[in-house]
Amino acid sequence: MLNKGGNRDTTRMLMDRSVSGRVGVITPDLDVPAAPLPDAAYVRESLPLPEVSEPEVVQYFTALSQLNFSIDTHFYPLGSCTMKYNPKINDEVAFLPGFAGIHPQQPAEQSQGALDLLYRLQEFLTEVTGMSATSLATLAGAHGELGGVLMMRAYHLARGDSGRTKMGIPDSAHGTNPASAAMAGFDVVTIPSDADGNTDLDALREIAGDDLAGVMITLPSTLGLFDSHILEVCQVVHECGGLVYGDGANMNALLGRAKLGDLGFDVCHLNLHKTFSTPHGGGGPGAGPVCCGEILAPYLAAPIVERTDGGDYILSEPAESIGKISGFHGNFGVLVRAYTYIRTLGAAGLQSISANAVLNANYIMHELKDIYALPYDRTCMHEVVFSADLQRERGVSGLEVAKRLLDYGFHAPTMYFPLIVHEALMIEPTESETKETLDAFIDALRAIDAEATNEPEMVQHAPHTTPVSRLDEATAARRPVLRWEPAEAAD
Amino acid sequence: MVTNFQSHYIPNTVAEQDELLSAIGLRDIDELFADIPDDYRNPPLELPAPLSELEIQRELGELASRNRPLASGPSFLGAGSYYHFIPSIVKAIMTRGEFLTAYTPYQPEVSQGTLQVIFEFQTMISTLYGMEVANAGMYDGATSVAEAVLMACRVTRRQQVIVADTVSPAYRQVIATYCQAQGITIDITPTDQISGAITEATAGIVAQYPNFYGELDDLKALGEMAHADGALLVVSADPLAMGMLTPPGDFGADIVTGEGQPIGIPPSFGGPYLGLFSCKQQYIRQMPSRLVGRTTDTEGRTGYVLTLQTREQHIRRERATSNICTNEALYALASSIYLAAMGRQGLRQVAELCYHKAHYAADAIGKLNGYSLAQSGTFFQEFVVSCPKPAAEVNRQLMKHNILGGLDVSDRFDNGMLLCVTEMNTRAEIDTLVSALAEIA
Repeated sequence: MLNKGGNRDTTRMLMDRSVSGRVGVITPDLDVPAAPLPDAAYVRESLPLPEVSEPEVVQYFTALSQLNFSIDTHFYPLGSCTMKYNPKINDEVAFLPGFAGIHPQQPAEQSQGALDLLYRLQEFLTEVTGMSATSLATLAGAHGELGGVLMMRAYHLARGDSGRTKMGIPDSAHGTNPASAAMAGFDVVTIPSDADGNTDLDALREIAGDDLAGVMITLPSTLGLFDSHILEVCQVVHECGGLVYGDGANMNALLGRAKLGDLGFDVCHLNLHKTFSTPHGGGGPGAGPVCCGEILAPYLAAPIVERTDGGDYILSEPAESIGKISGFHGNFGVLVRAYTYIRTLGAAGLQSISANAVLNANYIMHELKDIYALPYDRTCMHEVVFSADLQRERGVSGLEVAKRLLDYGFHAPTMYFPLIVHEALMIEPTESETKETLDAFIDALRAIDAEATNEPEMVQHAPHTTPVSRLDEATAARRPVLRWEPAEAAD
Repeated sequence: MVTNFQSHYIPNTVAEQDELLSAIGLRDIDELFADIPDDYRNPPLELPAPLSELEIQRELGELASRNRPLASGPSFLGAGSYYHFIPSIVKAIMTRGEFLTAYTPYQPEVSQGTLQVIFEFQTMISTLYGMEVANAGMYDGATSVAEAVLMACRVTRRQQVIVADTVSPAYRQVIATYCQAQGITIDITPTDQISGAITEATAGIVAQYPNFYGELDDLKALGEMAHADGALLVVSADPLAMGMLTPPGDFGADIVTGEGQPIGIPPSFGGPYLGLFSCKQQYIRQMPSRLVGRTTDTEGRTGYVLTLQTREQHIRRERATSNICTNEALYALASSIYLAAMGRQGLRQVAELCYHKAHYAADAIGKLNGYSLAQSGTFFQEFVVSCPKPAAEVNRQLMKHNILGGLDVSDRFDNGMLLCVTEMNTRAEIDTLVSALAEIA
């Protein structure tokens, strides 16, 4: 990372650069008579925003961008995050004036193209998941979860079945699952995994009663495994009157290989910013459409798009909808990108994605399992979960292995997750990396293992080549500084 | 049966895939999927055949052409999504791969760009709203105010909320959705009846500023009412209007949220947008979503990290302040670039352009035969007109002149139409609207 001098030096923040009188934008002159301003109580006296010129803004933000890793610049073997290549055509079409420049409340006859696209995407996602209906209104994976579990709640209540207060969630689940269940008013019951990483069926049977609303299952699981008990899991839950929710975070493994609806899932969400390649943007926007079977379709979040007998597209609210869950009709710009991706690939392309995603993960597993502990030694799906236990014995933790990878020019894997694997390193290569990249990554992890033997201290203090070294997170949390303050005030 | 398909998004050829397979000791990729029960493996997948990029451009171009972009003629529709100018540098910077294709900054050593941007964002949003702290963003304005309601209930340990009936109908619906399983009572109340409705069980009063119908409610009075009974004042405020209006923080608001779309984000048929969320410092441990804090590295250099993460779902699970994970970071970047470029002078100028143009339009329409202004209070850029005919009918006739009219609010005002005028509308466009309305009457 080359240092930058003068205005491109990022250590000075916007307010540090502010010079009274500099402007970044010229606005047009007022072309109507000025109206009297509101009562003085409503007019603000000061607006301490920065005063910087356009070149400074571009130079500062560009310099900041270069402090980031990104999928365009670095390999991201980040488990459960599916950091795959984000096609540029998808961004280009999302910015077409006929998409980016339309108002969400303009009359339906002036947005038929947009509604048609949404209708087609609903159909595609319904088909991919083997469900009956889809709502695109939810704006991220966790938002889809909230919508889905609220639907489960509404379904039980509509049947007068009001005693179903519990939601079963595996111990390997992502934290959003219990958090979403709690927002929908459920008490969370943890379901353990068995020795093979599958759902522990005996434990599931114990909680399967008339107080169980359902379970939330991630398939493949966050262990990167296809639960070989999945048909029994759905059966046990259904027999007690519960419903099965599918967390679609890991759908990259199953595209065209298995449909959640066929397997017995009642409702699921998809993460379009994972499986369907829409860019992650440093933490969003995403989109988390909810797909469900026939019995839950009346409860979907509003709105959904329908096609009238006359061939027009309209927004409508399902009969027993849980209600409106976002401001308008979903993250349209993200949905345009996902639609474009599916149209580019078709069924054969989607199947090729799952094939290569799973193949690449198994290749990495095979090439590293002699030196990194493998808690579940069986064929994995799109990701492999190692443990750094063997490195730990030499004083190097999973965190330190991951940080050292940054020096080799690779993003860290997901660490310490799932919680049930000690020193977990969760690696998801995706389908969009070359064999050369996979081999270089494997070589790096082998080299780090050697370093753990030969120079453990160096690994413990990694990274050494990044714009900043290890940051003091404890002080950041103990004495939070959450905004810029003038130098005098900060002292 | 699965056929092989060489996609341009998947580099490894069949020959290379075979190399990987033989390294593993397998012969066929299908063997990797053996854990899927036989009867369920490789189901038929009915999707249209794949297209080349050239064909994609045509198909998406055709779909886009069946929509009417706001720029294609005079447009006066606001009501929660606004048509404002966006400097070209916003898109140029936000589409840089280093920002666009980065992950959530969980590895701060290689994410200082995103983290420092969010710190700038938190600074500028808290400044705009006159609040002490802002977070890294929420999904949109509607979900942001819904989360603020949940937070007000957590802070006060009370379960009843009063929502002014001048808050956006969509926001009210989303609040109801978020609260449906929490045992929280929502009372939709006219602003002049709130003082009589508030009790010791009230967690908060929710108002919008400017309100959904364009006017400025008396936030100071609402804040005093709330605080007298130990409740919080929650305000959803238009960030662009903060260029000229006194911020809610100055009126005593405890939580201020907003829709970030007006500051640098295109209307895009309703999303992606950006939820803004700020509050008083004393409540930060009850906030939802990510926060970025400043700290130092092992060599004493300043750096930024995600902080106070014990509030969040990946640590606290079912006891988290919210389930939110992925939010709208890219649009927090867009808004930050927008606010940096507009700056102190530019944001004030844009807000005043909207204000003066809207008042020019309202004056002219109010003088037309058959039309009148339905409200008499102070407004910013939106106002309700009572039309001589149903608003839907007026809108249909306006569209014959290629004018996009306002939102039909006849559920609240007789033949009411909520019009919005921004800096995008020239005097000529406003005059065209006025003469078209005169003709329709």
